[in-house]
Amino acid sequence: MRNRPRVAIHKFSSCDGCQLAFLNLGEALLTAAELVEFVHFAEAGPVAPDEKVDIAFVEGSLSTPHELERIRQVRANSTYLVTIGACATSGGVQALRNMADAGQWVAGIYAQPQYIESLATVSPIAQHVPVDLELWGCPVTSRQIVAAIRALLFGVLPVEENDKVCLECKRRQQVCVMVSKGEPCMGPVTRTGCGALCPSFGRDCYGCFGPAENPNTTALSRRFAGLGLLPEQVAQRFLFINNAAPAFHAAGLKAREDSHD
Amino acid sequence: MTDGAVTRSINITVPVLARVEGEGALDICIEQDRIVAAHLRIYEPPRLFEKFLEGRAWHEVPDMVARICGICPVAYQMSAVHALEGIFGTVVTPWVRAMRRVLYCGEWIESHSLHIHLLAAPDFLGYASAIEMSKDYPEIVRRGLRLQELGNALIRLLGGRSVHPVGVRVGGFYHAPGMSEVAELLGRLRAALPEAEALIAWTAALDLPASATPAITVALRHGDEYPMNEGRIVSSTGLDIAIADYEQHFAESHEAHSTALFSRFDGQPYLVGPLARLNLNLDQLDPAVRRALADGSVHFPSANMFHSIVVRAAEIHQALLEAIALLEVYVVPEAPYTEVTPRAGVGYGCTEAPRGILWHRYETDAAGRILSARIVPPTSQNQAQIEADLLHTLQALDANSPSEQLRLRAEQVIRNYDPCISCATHFLKLTVRRT
Repeated sequence: MRNRPRVAIHKFSSCDGCQLAFLNLGEALLTAAELVEFVHFAEAGPVAPDEKVDIAFVEGSLSTPHELERIRQVRANSTYLVTIGACATSGGVQALRNMADAGQWVAGIYAQPQYIESLATVSPIAQHVPVDLELWGCPVTSRQIVAAIRALLFGVLPVEENDKVCLECKRRQQVCVMVSKGEPCMGPVTRTGCGALCPSFGRDCYGCFGPAENPNTTALSRRFAGLGLLPEQVAQRFLFINNAAPAFHAAGLKAREDSHD
Repeated sequence: MTDGAVTRSINITVPVLARVEGEGALDICIEQDRIVAAHLRIYEPPRLFEKFLEGRAWHEVPDMVARICGICPVAYQMSAVHALEGIFGTVVTPWVRAMRRVLYCGEWIESHSLHIHLLAAPDFLGYASAIEMSKDYPEIVRRGLRLQELGNALIRLLGGRSVHPVGVRVGGFYHAPGMSEVAELLGRLRAALPEAEALIAWTAALDLPASATPAITVALRHGDEYPMNEGRIVSSTGLDIAIADYEQHFAESHEAHSTALFSRFDGQPYLVGPLARLNLNLDQLDPAVRRALADGSVHFPSANMFHSIVVRAAEIHQALLEAIALLEVYVVPEAPYTEVTPRAGVGYGCTEAPRGILWHRYETDAAGRILSARIVPPTSQNQAQIEADLLHTLQALDANSPSEQLRLRAEQVIRNYDPCISCATHFLKLTVRRT
């Protein structure tokens, strides 16, 4: 097949879980490999990080000087740059270190901290280079990835799903875990995409797909307090997987301020 | 530098290792026709998880530690819940114990299938990737991808999704699957048994290099079953300790070329993972797996790390058989978990991740908040052994072999361990010894 779109998958600071949206496609992985050419995908074999590609999928957040150089190179070599997952899109769980003195941690832990190259903060990709499409989720799903590739093959960006988990949960006619069990569910402010998985298991959503459009975090924080959560517990609801996403970050810090009042 | 020189001092550097999980590099140093050093250089940045856990509530731990590794999140969740239940004095129901085993079977099947087909097999057949390999061996690769998907389906049954599953809680599970879901999956598991047996035969028939690397092996051992969630830590040198005593024998240190810590057992490198596990637990294998293994040309116990691929296939078979046996007697329980009453204390968890023992230690306050955490992943434990093996294996080759050949062999050696570099750099808390 000629002129297959060229695709690269780049890894930065991450758990590898979002690349698995490709590797866990099952036999469809071979179909995908016919539709596109995987030019760089180190975990699957091809290593050519500096090749020009049509689509670069980027997993992970930026946490070292070398990673900053690499992402600029990736941007320069790619027509579309698509972030996959919470780390690349919002900084991910490891952005928690931005709220602490990470340098001190490293020094307290490694015998030879001078060998640990690390930036003071962890940042999402879009903080350093322009990003064409952000796919949220910890992890992203294969469905999101396939939909993105298909849309980009047609020369359009996929429709962004930014509804709240609550809406998906209602469509599935699930019993609300906050109303029925008093669970501090993040569904009212979290972006859909997971299929309202946690409520379907009878538990509270913990926000792994990041903020939905126009999230009312203030009202939800009040509701959490009404359920009996202490201010620090409210803060930790927001300051978790997507702690550096602006809406969650602000809500978390606000709750923490309240605890000092 | 040319290969034709009378003597050569060269460095072979592979800046990005392909087909490993996470990011590592390889450095081989040859001086005067002698391979003097071989390093697996782990440069993936540290992610400081143990610090993130401090101050978090006990019920957040399974969701947090899953994020250390996308390939083996179940292992992290399992070691964590066992440790916390140890502190809280929680006794889980037999149903929970059985379903945890089913969940872990799913992860072994998923992780081992991925490793055999997408990471390791292309080496032995001369391809750069499984995608290339699938052009000549379409059915082999497809069978592997199907098995991997079946492992994922098992994880989804209890976890909702296969990467960072959401079903595990301290005390059990949030949700019990329905009878019809279980029945559907049982059918698929049974149908895969012949595929798993065929996979053992196929891996045993690969042209695996003959090699014998001296190694101390370490694994869990349980009196009644092939080890997964529980057991004592045993070694080929006669160690037999409770998991709480791990720190008395195993210590981590930091080496300059790595963001992962090196673990040593009484000062020695040691091996954890499928080969160690099988060698130390042969008698606990299902008779059907033993028969399937006996039909091949590879015999166990084995000191050849290249046989790890055969062990992974055997463990897929074992996991399928176990999942089938456990799900055949499945019932929907009254409650999928036991209520937990937090209290202050120190607890330990050690389970057999696909890559070997994964050891956790937590200290909590009276409300169950995490005061401190220590997590020792299998790849940190194997790292010293990987380097010892690299040097040993490469020194057995002619140092004047073409660089490409040395590089390939070195990469194969590393892949035998299926290092998970994302795990190894999650952050490491150690007792710093400054000299």
